[in-house]
Amino acid sequence: MATVFIDGKPYEVDPSRNMLQVALELGFDLPYFCWHPALGSVGACRQCAVSQYKDADDTAGKLGMACMTAAGEGTRIGIESEEAREFRKSVIEWLMIAHPHDCPVCEEGGECHLQDMTVMAGHAYRRYRYGKRTHRNQDLGPFIGHEMNRCIACYRCVRFYKEYAGGRDLDAFATARDVYFGRSADGVLESPFSGNLAEICPTGVFTDKTLGEAYTRKWDMASAPSVCGHCSLGCNTFVNERYGAVRRILNRYNHAINGYFLCDRGRFGYGFANREDRPTTPLLRRVRGGAPSPASATEVAGYLGTWLAEPSGVIGLGSPRASLESNFALQTAVGAERFYHAVPEAERALVATVLGLMRGGPVPTASLREAEDADAVLVLGEDVGNTAPRLALSLRQSVRHAAWRVADKAGVPRWQDNGVREAAHLARSPLVLATPEAGDLEDVALASLCGTPDRLARFGCAVAHAIDGGLPEAAVPDAVRTLAARTAEALLAADRPLVVSGTGCLSEAVVRAAAMIAGALHRRNAATKQLFVLPQANSAGLALLESAGGVEAALARARAGDIHTVVVMEADPDRVADPAAVDEALSDVRHVVVLDPLPTGFAARRADLVLPAASFADAAGTVVNHEGRAQRFAAVRPPPGDVQASWRWLRDALARGGRSEAAGWQRLDDLTLALAARGGDLTGLEHVAPPAEARHAGRPLPREPHRASGRTAVHAGKTMFEPAAPPDPDTPLRHSMEGHYAPGRVPPALLPFLWQPGWDSEQALNKFQAEITGPLKGGDRSVRLLAPDPDAPAPICDPPPPEPGPADGTWPDPADGSWPGPADGTWPVVPVWRVFGSEELSTAAPAIRARMTPPHLLVHPADAEHLGLRPGAPLTLTVEGRRLTLPIALSETIPEGTIGLPAGFPETAGFPIAGATTAR
Amino acid sequence: MRDEDRPLTRNIRPGEPPLDRAGYEEAGGYRALKAVIGRRDPGELLDIVKDSGLRGRGGAGFPTGMKWGFIPMGPDAPKQKYLIVNADEMEPGTFKDRFLLEGDPHQMVEAAIVAAWIIQASDVYIFVRDAYRRATDLLRAALAEAREAGYLGRNILGSGYELEVHLHTSAGRYICGEETALINALEGKRAVPRQKPPFPQSSGLWGRPSVVNNVETLYNIPHIVLRGAEWYRGLGKGADGGTKLFGASGRVKRKGPWELPMGTPLRELLEAHAGGMHDGHGFRGLLPGGASTGFLVDEHLDLPMDFDPIQNAGSRLGTGALIVLDDRTSLMGMLRNLEHFFARESCGWCTPCRDGLPWVERILAAFAAGRGTAEELDILEMHTRFCGMGKTFCAHAPGAIMPLETALKYFRDDFERGLTRAA
Repeated sequence: MATVFIDGKPYEVDPSRNMLQVALELGFDLPYFCWHPALGSVGACRQCAVSQYKDADDTAGKLGMACMTAAGEGTRIGIESEEAREFRKSVIEWLMIAHPHDCPVCEEGGECHLQDMTVMAGHAYRRYRYGKRTHRNQDLGPFIGHEMNRCIACYRCVRFYKEYAGGRDLDAFATARDVYFGRSADGVLESPFSGNLAEICPTGVFTDKTLGEAYTRKWDMASAPSVCGHCSLGCNTFVNERYGAVRRILNRYNHAINGYFLCDRGRFGYGFANREDRPTTPLLRRVRGGAPSPASATEVAGYLGTWLAEPSGVIGLGSPRASLESNFALQTAVGAERFYHAVPEAERALVATVLGLMRGGPVPTASLREAEDADAVLVLGEDVGNTAPRLALSLRQSVRHAAWRVADKAGVPRWQDNGVREAAHLARSPLVLATPEAGDLEDVALASLCGTPDRLARFGCAVAHAIDGGLPEAAVPDAVRTLAARTAEALLAADRPLVVSGTGCLSEAVVRAAAMIAGALHRRNAATKQLFVLPQANSAGLALLESAGGVEAALARARAGDIHTVVVMEADPDRVADPAAVDEALSDVRHVVVLDPLPTGFAARRADLVLPAASFADAAGTVVNHEGRAQRFAAVRPPPGDVQASWRWLRDALARGGRSEAAGWQRLDDLTLALAARGGDLTGLEHVAPPAEARHAGRPLPREPHRASGRTAVHAGKTMFEPAAPPDPDTPLRHSMEGHYAPGRVPPALLPFLWQPGWDSEQALNKFQAEITGPLKGGDRSVRLLAPDPDAPAPICDPPPPEPGPADGTWPDPADGSWPGPADGTWPVVPVWRVFGSEELSTAAPAIRARMTPPHLLVHPADAEHLGLRPGAPLTLTVEGRRLTLPIALSETIPEGTIGLPAGFPETAGFPIAGATTAR
Repeated sequence: MRDEDRPLTRNIRPGEPPLDRAGYEEAGGYRALKAVIGRRDPGELLDIVKDSGLRGRGGAGFPTGMKWGFIPMGPDAPKQKYLIVNADEMEPGTFKDRFLLEGDPHQMVEAAIVAAWIIQASDVYIFVRDAYRRATDLLRAALAEAREAGYLGRNILGSGYELEVHLHTSAGRYICGEETALINALEGKRAVPRQKPPFPQSSGLWGRPSVVNNVETLYNIPHIVLRGAEWYRGLGKGADGGTKLFGASGRVKRKGPWELPMGTPLRELLEAHAGGMHDGHGFRGLLPGGASTGFLVDEHLDLPMDFDPIQNAGSRLGTGALIVLDDRTSLMGMLRNLEHFFARESCGWCTPCRDGLPWVERILAAFAAGRGTAEELDILEMHTRFCGMGKTFCAHAPGAIMPLETALKYFRDDFERGLTRAA
């Protein structure tokens, strides 16, 4: 610790920090723009100027930037000195010269860091009397609005987009007062992290276009703490709502997971919750073959209750996108032996394998924070940039450890961002990518390898063998063996090695090989971690509930004849099975019940009863992320119409059917507690959230800020009396501005929004962290399930058998002419994933749809030539009698002799991925 | 002056093409190169440069030997080290480097190779202003001749020393004269200055030890290593050693440039060499070293043109190119013109420079048109304080504001006259 002096008073601080961080952590209000906690200091804006004193006798001092001043022993600064105050005020005055002062029509107004800092610095009256510099704006695509006239040139946008996130199509152009931040020409921002610009930008240059479409002020929106449902990482979000519509998603800081940033799928995928065609009243098919018609909640509960009264004839399909509690309710309603997972059996089994590797092996699972802290990473099989984008952003930071080591040696403080980059130049920690096709981390990777899942698994086994010669050998070409040796060497040399894999290849061999590598490393270095990406937001949670199998088993059971009712909960069977096979299997089932927030084709075609289920915006629930971390999300709005959480529909029906199991289910907590009481993997689950009855000063937490306007006027057209706030029995939050917003007393992890006087923007976060970039005060709220077993043996697996080809048993290489081409016309299909298009909920959101490109079959140019196909030509795949025709696109990196099938798209979901016969 | 007393320009014959390699060698060129490469210990040569008292001719006057002394040497030093020649001359009123490059390009080549040997550089980058097309062509030809003669490339003159010289023409920004902005430009990045530390000598171009020197500075090096520190110090009239190119612009009779001893009195420059003011024009003041220096007036004319005396008088020696203000030229017009240049050439990185200088320019335009306000006089004063050293990211704005700051001190009446008068 070092003693520093601020305005004459001594403070004990961490000397590795700069004086701006220190001042903010100590609670001083020191304005800033170009500094960002995650991006470090560059000294551009000059807003955090302070007086710097040589010693106790120096009273004059010299101006200097707090952000560029190390908190070394004896550092003395004056925040309140006359000169510093006057200078900071002048900086705002300069920034305001060309600023349009269009706050009344600016989307940022009311949550603008520039507004906050202007007030803080005390600039009020305009003295500049000449013309303003103006710019042309660009159309940057469906996510981000652009209004360059508001720009104050803090450079945070390009520093985030280019340097932090690796984007290539946003830059600073021109010089002097004309400096311009945008693309070289209008066009869609390519980076899947572009949405963060809306938060990184301290004013209204880059704004959330989806909010702008139905704009409302921050202070008029209700807000709730939530968890992203668009991949398995479980990033924390704030959901904002007004007049019943979700308006936007904001990043909600969680030190262990997403930190300061979200991916665009998570930020802009919410639109499905606002769709006008979503079911809001129950629909009942009263006559066989007739059309479904609206029915009352009481009526349908009666019907469903009758059907569920005797569960032996009922099966249920639970979902990895439904909450743990709703899945639990369905499992309870139908019984574990009739509870199925609405995913292909291969996926169900693979997730079970992964969970087994996590809790049955000695290697701990990394959080995103820990992934970022890793100083050598192998990614085996998982295209993280597309299946878990926020993880790709973390891995992109992980390569910077080498740079920090150079900087430490050169005496450049780590927070001095440009200095570190200049000193370190190209120094990067090792990152090795082994994936079916090249992904977006190639530019920072030490090496990369593309191959079929089996080849990747054999590469993985070769790495494990290179770490521990006692492990089985794998047949790989010499170049791959060399890469394996290099990879092993890099992982062994690291302080904190990490092996990343996941279910994206749909390959047991890949995840087992990854676990073997991690296990072998762990024997040598106890700091080794592993990380497995899972298919969906609650895949892990669903897998914790005992089931009778995947969708194939469910359909077989339905086909067997003794089933009269099938309950499909928050899932679309068409996405996981052949629709024709589904209809055939269900042909004798009398009651098909669908609970879903989405209007699915399956429900329209086949459901006898459709129950409008709550989305993440309408009801609370618990989800378990890839690392086994259980987290609670809260509703932001009262459910529209008859919508309620799936578990409530089931509860009501069970009660009407005379079943007693659900008698105690009044609040979400009742189900969470019941789950926790099962013990085992679910031990401790009750700590995932405070009880719904928790109160502060006797009052609930308001979802709306105290500035929410029109509290009574909103309903004045109907009644002069203010209606009571709708009840929320599931959380300590209230659908109202009334309550007790108590940032000092409630752990920030539980707050529905972060606000402090004078800090209206997302930068208020600084006030809620004990240490900037550290955990929130009071910690991040979650429960880690699935602990590793330190005494368990490391997993061992055999490599997949060598494929037919060259005599040396390695794989064929088209480059040397040994690749004969698929003689019988049967091509292995490799699943490829896309950020925008492969995930069900987000593809129902208009903004994501606007960003999706139609799926193409990926073919290697050599194979296209072999097949005589040009890009864009249609190609038909035939698998298990199903046919899929899509145009082809060439990919240099997709393995020769295979076809890449974009998985999860509306056009491709449910199509089996396991070898295909092709037709032109 | 005798040729041997003008080491920088002795081969230059204005109006005639420069010497080719044969002519240059006939005139004594490449003697230093042959004498030191592989023969003289770099450390010993560095000591000579340090002793010579040579100070950077780019304008800041930092001692060259000291600058080189921070470069890591010896077996543990990085193999790649860079000498960067700053030929991005863009200071208003200044054309000394152009004069040297166009007049004697082989001296540049020899100087670069000798300097590179002293710091054991692996590569030299000559960063030339885009507009200096003729200098670029001549340098390219000179480099080809030097390579042919075995002065460049692998195993120079059998010494085992390997050196490449790369010619880089810049896109032309004033800020590229700032050494760290120049390095960024060379790396293909925006020409924005870097924070120091790290200093270029430890982490410069591509993260490697680098040193950036002005053209004129380097032209001294072959002579210093051949003839010694004492000889070089003796060339100067005052505290600083050596000679320097001086020139003048404004309403004076002759413009130069002239190679003169350091420490030549300002009055001698103005009256003897520049020939005094044009008839009918009186002297009011001058900027002694380009646009980014402060005004000196009558009382300063007996100062020697050395770094410290000029600095102590509230200005800077800068490039030694005088810009003379006469009594018939509008001071407001001159200042507006200067600030227009500096505002345009701001790299746009830090706020006071990017947004302050254009405001200053507009206010000065108002004063020039007789439409200034009393409040704006305060605003100008505010800028002289808040665009100063330490408040901005680099020295661009402090240099830009120096003429204004000194004009407010010496010519306050001109500003009063620029205020809007009641009808």
